[in-house]
Amino acid sequence: MTATAEPEIGRARLRKEDARLITGQTTWTDNLQLTGMLHMAVLRSPIAHARITNIDVSRATSMPGVAVVLTGEDFAAEQGSLPCAWPITEDMKAPPAPALAVGQVNFAGEAVALVIADSAYRAADALEAIDIDYDELPVVLDMEEALQDNDLVHADLGTNKCATWIFDSAEAGAGTNVEDEIASAEVVIERTFKQQRLIPAFMEPRSVVVAPAAGMYTVWSATQIPHILRWMLSAVTGIAEHKLRVIAPDVGGGFGGKLQVTPEEVLCLLVARRMGRPVKWTESRTESMLSAHHGRDQIQKLTLAARRDGTVTGLKVELLADMGAYLRLVTPGVPILGAFMFNSIYKFAAYRFVCTNVFTNKVPTDAYRGAGRPEATFAIERMMDELAVELGMEPMKIRELNWIKHEEFPFNTVAGLTYDSGNYEAATARAMELFGYEELREEQARRRAAGSVVQLGIGISTYTEMCGLAPSRVLGALRYAAGGWETASIRMLPTGKVEVITGTSPHGQGHETVWSQIVADRLGVPFEDVEVLHGDTATSHKGMDSYGSRSLAVGGTALVHAAEKVLAKARTLAAHMMECDESDVEFAAGSFSVRGTSTVRTLGDVVLAAHVAHDLPEGMEPGMDADATFDPDNFSFPHGTHLCATEVDTETGMVRISRYVAVDDVGTVMNPLIVDGQVHGGLAQGIAQALYEEATHDEMGTLTTATFADYLVPSAADLPAFLTDRTTTPATSNPLGAKGVGEAGTIASTPAVVNSVLDAVRHLGVRDIEMPMSPERVWTALQGRPDEGAGEVAAGGLGSIDAQGGQS
Amino acid sequence: MHISVNVDGVTYADEVEPRLLLVHYLRERLGKTGTVVGCDTGNCGACTVHLDGHSVKSCQMLAVQANGHEVTTIEGLARDGKLHPVQEAFHSNHALQCGFCTPGMIMQAIDLLADESDPDDETVRKGLEGNLCRCTGYQNIVRAVQDAAQRMKPGAGPKQEQHSDEHVSSKQPVGGE
Repeated sequence: MTATAEPEIGRARLRKEDARLITGQTTWTDNLQLTGMLHMAVLRSPIAHARITNIDVSRATSMPGVAVVLTGEDFAAEQGSLPCAWPITEDMKAPPAPALAVGQVNFAGEAVALVIADSAYRAADALEAIDIDYDELPVVLDMEEALQDNDLVHADLGTNKCATWIFDSAEAGAGTNVEDEIASAEVVIERTFKQQRLIPAFMEPRSVVVAPAAGMYTVWSATQIPHILRWMLSAVTGIAEHKLRVIAPDVGGGFGGKLQVTPEEVLCLLVARRMGRPVKWTESRTESMLSAHHGRDQIQKLTLAARRDGTVTGLKVELLADMGAYLRLVTPGVPILGAFMFNSIYKFAAYRFVCTNVFTNKVPTDAYRGAGRPEATFAIERMMDELAVELGMEPMKIRELNWIKHEEFPFNTVAGLTYDSGNYEAATARAMELFGYEELREEQARRRAAGSVVQLGIGISTYTEMCGLAPSRVLGALRYAAGGWETASIRMLPTGKVEVITGTSPHGQGHETVWSQIVADRLGVPFEDVEVLHGDTATSHKGMDSYGSRSLAVGGTALVHAAEKVLAKARTLAAHMMECDESDVEFAAGSFSVRGTSTVRTLGDVVLAAHVAHDLPEGMEPGMDADATFDPDNFSFPHGTHLCATEVDTETGMVRISRYVAVDDVGTVMNPLIVDGQVHGGLAQGIAQALYEEATHDEMGTLTTATFADYLVPSAADLPAFLTDRTTTPATSNPLGAKGVGEAGTIASTPAVVNSVLDAVRHLGVRDIEMPMSPERVWTALQGRPDEGAGEVAAGGLGSIDAQGGQS
Repeated sequence: MHISVNVDGVTYADEVEPRLLLVHYLRERLGKTGTVVGCDTGNCGACTVHLDGHSVKSCQMLAVQANGHEVTTIEGLARDGKLHPVQEAFHSNHALQCGFCTPGMIMQAIDLLADESDPDDETVRKGLEGNLCRCTGYQNIVRAVQDAAQRMKPGAGPKQEQHSDEHVSSKQPVGGE
């Protein structure tokens, strides 16, 4: 065994995962073909709200290849209710959530019947032969109207209000009273923003295969959360957890969209049990958009109090959050994840957050990249710009005036968190330099003076986020049903090779590569000698899976601890082998030596000795494996400064990003290649929210953006090249110093783009434009024709003009 | 209907339903699961393969339309254990994350490079417009395609993915009968 020449931590290792992905040797769930396998097709309600008065399956049942047609009534006794693991308040209203509708549908796309057939084509054919009579009910779509409770999504609940969740800095002892700050403020800014509904749009459609065998069930699923899924499938169906094995094979993206326990996972399991044969379901893209959970969809009313010198004093946030028709796994908690982030990097004296969750007849919402934190970051970064405009101050100056200085860390925030580390000045200075901030301001001034058709805007986002989800005690305090620890195992094989088992569940992040680097670094073994196993509850029996930028900060730390345990045992055995005192044993570059002598045992020698167990110290167990589970005591807080320059064509409304600089501080970087990739992809999704994507429903509640022709996931031609760099202040909450990077780009970029576009056209009388800022919306705003509902604002969209909006 | 299709150098003869999509024929009959389906509308390009050396979206074609033609999938690119330069460039430039779009993206990139031997940023972006990626933000994909262009000249041109007659005839059919 040789030591690695270059340090593994921080090295731009090319990914191990690529070998199978670039050659097509992947194992997507839909690739599986099992002997005797049946195919499941799902009939979905075309109507958003209706009673089901009759279902006639007789024609479908007699079609070629059809084994059985099943309805909600067939499963009523066994399907239970899909789980919601985050009852955010004691009195939260939660309707039963059947996997297959029984008697009533509550959103268009809800599953109403299944065809089980010998081929996917024949199953799809038979769907068309199922006759269903619907008795339509009033459709509830608008959150503010929903809160009037005139028409109810779930009549049995008696209201469309799901829950109200409040944080108040005065009550929490984290700050002063926000109403006092507002009353005594020299400046009060009130704005309402709309966070449009988005669709995660992972590239691999969801797929499930269930194989039954004598009371044992193997479930393959395109999921981010095999461990949670196993637990929840057991809870929902009553099948004992030890009779379920869940495998997440190669998974093609998730972005929170596969952080779910889906109706189809439950149904495939129940059908496999009923039929005694393997069953597969793979969705079409349209099915995915109609039934996989959506993200965002909030109305945000903000009140910011400040002094005329630009110092912010108080922030009040009143949210309406659209749950859709049901509460899925963490639906009600998503806006609450934003509760601690609206104050962001700024030193508010007072903060109050009130979130009202609302039911509508729409696809359920749940986690989408950033989950609650992009919404919060958008709102505060928009508000800081609004304050700058109000006071006639330079927008970066106003941020600088208010942010936490680098010497003030650790810093206790008004939202009750402790930010462990950061340096906003350093990240900002680097970003300004890369961007050429002053030169672009000059160029902007020239174009304004010249009345150029194409105006230039500069947008700022100085963000932070909380990730590394999460300290279990905090999750408990927030009424989340599970913990936030992570686990890892290291198996030292007799030949010196290493198997790592992780409880994280990668679906594009590159854990196989980075986990190998961490182990190679700690144990001094070659990178190539490490194999990472994941995503199968039979090999990785314990884990909390991947989401919330947690895998490295939490799962990576568990791995470090497991490596330390391996080395501790190996050191004891090495001392025994070298007949010396343990305190005289040194370990470096994969070898143990006795201090001051030439006696050496490689880790491989020691592992083999442990394995053959011929001569172990008294009481030592054979073998050299270790498990470790890590529960963080704090979140991690990546931050950064993003600057976006846009060119806005005032004649067409077309927006072009001409420069985008992202300087992120994600703590200590394990692999810069992978970090850059995560930032790029995050930026693309955040920019997409600003400019392109929106899930829309018509007045009947039908999703009108149910294909990739209608829902504008950006292509290469729609996005700019990004200029990325980093500053580094290590996290103090874990030994790697890592903060997490999965969500940073998405969280930061949306307000940078929107601020930029508004900066380009504000001098033309535009105050706000709703996202996505399509050419039509930008052009309309520039015509000085307010959209319906406009108030005092001269021009602009729905976004900020409804000052009376939000909740009562 | 009876069809005969050469896929990745092997000729297959099969009875297929007229409505069977080419991508399903590849995946489910021939086991060519390297080619994937990402949407139903031809927007995402994940299913891109080559038909007689030109990229097509195999979810927008029927298997019967491939009768008598040569299909190359991602699984047919490597030669004697050596990756195609575009595959190498995707790896070297970290141009993939989850990898689901990657087979289609690579097949489209090869097609693009057959027309543009030294494409600039904008040419690459426009050339890949019909292939969606949700992970990478495209930055490293663009870099990879430009890197591949350098790797492929001179000599190792994009005709590499096409099969010479003797190469085809030297292989025995291994299934699909």
